[in-house]
Amino acid sequence: MALLEVRDLRVQFETPEGVVQAVNGIDFQVESGETLAIVGESGAGKSQLVMAIMGLLAENGSASGEADFKGRDLMKMPPKELNKIRGCEIAMIFQDPMTSLNPFLTIEKQMTEVVMHHQGLRKQEARAHAVEMLRAVRIPDPEERVKQYPHEYSGGMRQRVMIAMGLLCEPDLLIADEPSTALDVTVQAQITQLVGELRDKSNMSVILITHDMAVVAEVCDRIIVMYAGEMVETGTVDDIFYRPRHPYTQGLLASVPRLDRLSDDELHAIPGNPPNLLDLPSGCRFRDRCSMAREVCFGVPPLQVQENGCMSRCFIDMNNGEFLPAESKGVEENAGEDSK
Amino acid sequence: MSNPVLRVQDLAVNFCSHTGGFLRRKERVLRAVNGISFELHASETLGIVGESGSGKSTLARAILGLIKPSRGRVMWLGENLTELEEEALRQKRKEIQIVFQDPVASLNPRMTAGDIISEPLWTFYPNMAGLQVEERTRGMMKMVGLLPNQINRYPHEFSGGQCQRIGIARALVLNPRLVICDEPVSALDVSIQAQIINLLKDLQKKLGLALIFVAHDLSVVKHISDRVMVMYMGCSMEVSQRDALYRRPLHPYTSALMKSVPIPDPKLAAKARQDRWLTGDMPSPYNPPRGCIFHTRCPYKVKRCEADVPALRRMENGDWVACHRAEDLDLSI
Ligand SMILES: Nc1ncnc2c1ncn2[C@@H]1O[C@H](COP(=O)(O)OP(=O)(O)OP(=O)(O)O)[C@@H](O)[C@H]1O
Ligand SMILES: Nc1ncnc2c1ncn2[C@@H]1O[C@H](COP(=O)(O)OP(=O)(O)OP(=O)(O)O)[C@@H](O)[C@H]1O
Ligand code: SF4
Ligand code: SF4
Ligand SMILES: [Mg+2]
Ligand SMILES: [Mg+2]
Repeated sequence: MALLEVRDLRVQFETPEGVVQAVNGIDFQVESGETLAIVGESGAGKSQLVMAIMGLLAENGSASGEADFKGRDLMKMPPKELNKIRGCEIAMIFQDPMTSLNPFLTIEKQMTEVVMHHQGLRKQEARAHAVEMLRAVRIPDPEERVKQYPHEYSGGMRQRVMIAMGLLCEPDLLIADEPSTALDVTVQAQITQLVGELRDKSNMSVILITHDMAVVAEVCDRIIVMYAGEMVETGTVDDIFYRPRHPYTQGLLASVPRLDRLSDDELHAIPGNPPNLLDLPSGCRFRDRCSMAREVCFGVPPLQVQENGCMSRCFIDMNNGEFLPAESKGVEENAGEDSK
Repeated sequence: MSNPVLRVQDLAVNFCSHTGGFLRRKERVLRAVNGISFELHASETLGIVGESGSGKSTLARAILGLIKPSRGRVMWLGENLTELEEEALRQKRKEIQIVFQDPVASLNPRMTAGDIISEPLWTFYPNMAGLQVEERTRGMMKMVGLLPNQINRYPHEFSGGQCQRIGIARALVLNPRLVICDEPVSALDVSIQAQIINLLKDLQKKLGLALIFVAHDLSVVKHISDRVMVMYMGCSMEVSQRDALYRRPLHPYTSALMKSVPIPDPKLAAKARQDRWLTGDMPSPYNPPRGCIFHTRCPYKVKRCEADVPALRRMENGDWVACHRAEDLDLSI
């Protein structure tokens, strides 16, 4: 059984200008010990997707759908119970480290509180544990540094403190949202290794939201590609990197800057902007920017599923690259009819 | 060649902290920036790379006068910024802007995106017509890929990458002559990264904008920089022309950083991991190594490196390096 199973998750926000459809019916699973990457354009709904699962949406937001974690639906759980799971069984590393660390408390205080609260350690033990964890995320001089305040850390060091805090309780699921201060290559390699060790030791699962395709290539098992609130493609790392089917995924991979290739001075960008979530176009949401778009794309593209679990939401046939007829139906619609 | 617009000379920033109890009070000094010098011309981009904690953000803040340096000078168009009074320094913001590393935390949560982006206009051009300000603000939003109809939203209603772009729009709204970008694109997906980098290059061509571009990502720096400075524990290890640096780094640390770059290709990733040799930790900044500051991690270390500090010196091709063995090592990629 999957550790986490999300079904038909939707998130919307009320704003004075209208309703923002941030996440639009996402389904996915995370197996024990698996690392799942969620990638996609800025604003695609990656953060809000996990915020909804964790019950942390902003006041103007609302969510629907199911999120079964070890057999319990997180979406229906009373806040108090969810609170207990959060930070212990599920740890979350937020996108912005400075906004989730308390500027007025030392790192020691913030870290020891977590373990004293969740694991009932005594102060001395908690402190030793915190120092060990800081050492594990490569903070130099952890015995001294643990006494400092967040502003005395560099951006990348704060990010690592967040990771250390996330790992303190040895969670079953670690959700790491794209650090706005991406980690530098050396630390990244060390942390990747650390997370890998925990994965092997305690079968921890990881959901990694990131823009860094190199990290994805290195540490992830499966990838979900999101665009404008929808999952447009999913598959194993090899499938997505070597056999991307969806035009958006292909564009995304083409724009990755690479050190091992000659530099052309202009970086490749997918032309145009993502659609306005207040006023979504009918049919394929990527249509305005898709170089393959045809007449049929004014209809709703089907979600195609292959036997190995690869999916693509597009009129281009995953098997042969030909266009499907306009009336094609995806799994969702078919499943809907079956149950009727 | 024209005169440089910015000349940083021997800039240093120390952070002091007190440890030990009341009686055994010790003062400890962290040399976050330790004698950095470089020049920057109009229309030029200097990339700054280095591991986390190497002093990149501190250097950026010291150049802007947001932190008082303990030593050194920041010459902007011939004027020493470190000696200016607060008000005079504030006036320089018209010309010098920064994009902060922590996008969400650096935006005022009680101001709308429109207010945040237009604030510099109101401050420096109080007589500008409201309509004109709004037009300019919407124009900036479009340029960085935000929808102008989001002008009345607050920062928490934007995604991480959208916040980062609000910061960029704010920094560019006054048409500054120098922009210091501290990890400006790290929260952006590659396509929007490319869009922003192409935008900055465009402004550079049109307005002669000078750029300092801090990043941990050597592949992004490669695309935008003319020259690259490599920092380690507050010191400059190498300052080289972009192409020379990526073809043949002069400093063992540069070469190590380059070999550590993960490759976005699952099959090559495993091999790249094996080649990575920058292991070991950065030493404690409170107690930095003697001699060459990199010697505890350098595979090319010789006896001399533990005793003598290598000076940053100029090589035949005009690039700068701080390594005793720069001549006899061939670190070609
Ligand atoms: N409180 C809110 N009110 C209105 N709109 C919101 C709110 N929070 C988020 N949004 C919008 O929802 C969309 C999805 O946001 P989300 O934070 O999930 O994006 P993301 O995929 O994480 O992007 P990034 O990579 O930039 O972090 C964005 O367009 C954002 O502007
Ligand atoms: N206000 C402060 N008080 C004490 N120490 C500080 C302060 N600000 C920075 N430091 C220390 O100075 C050193 C350099 O920090 P800086 O933020 O410049 O690093 P950085 O190169 O920008 O790193 P990153 O890539 O992680 O952002 C770090 O060891 C940091 O802990
Ligand atoms: S459905 Fe059509 S427009 Fe949409 S991604 Fe596929 S080809 Fe492009
Ligand atoms: S001076 Fe010596 S220790 Fe320092 S980088 Fe050069 S070879 Fe290595
Ligand atoms: Mg996000
Ligand atoms: Mg920094």
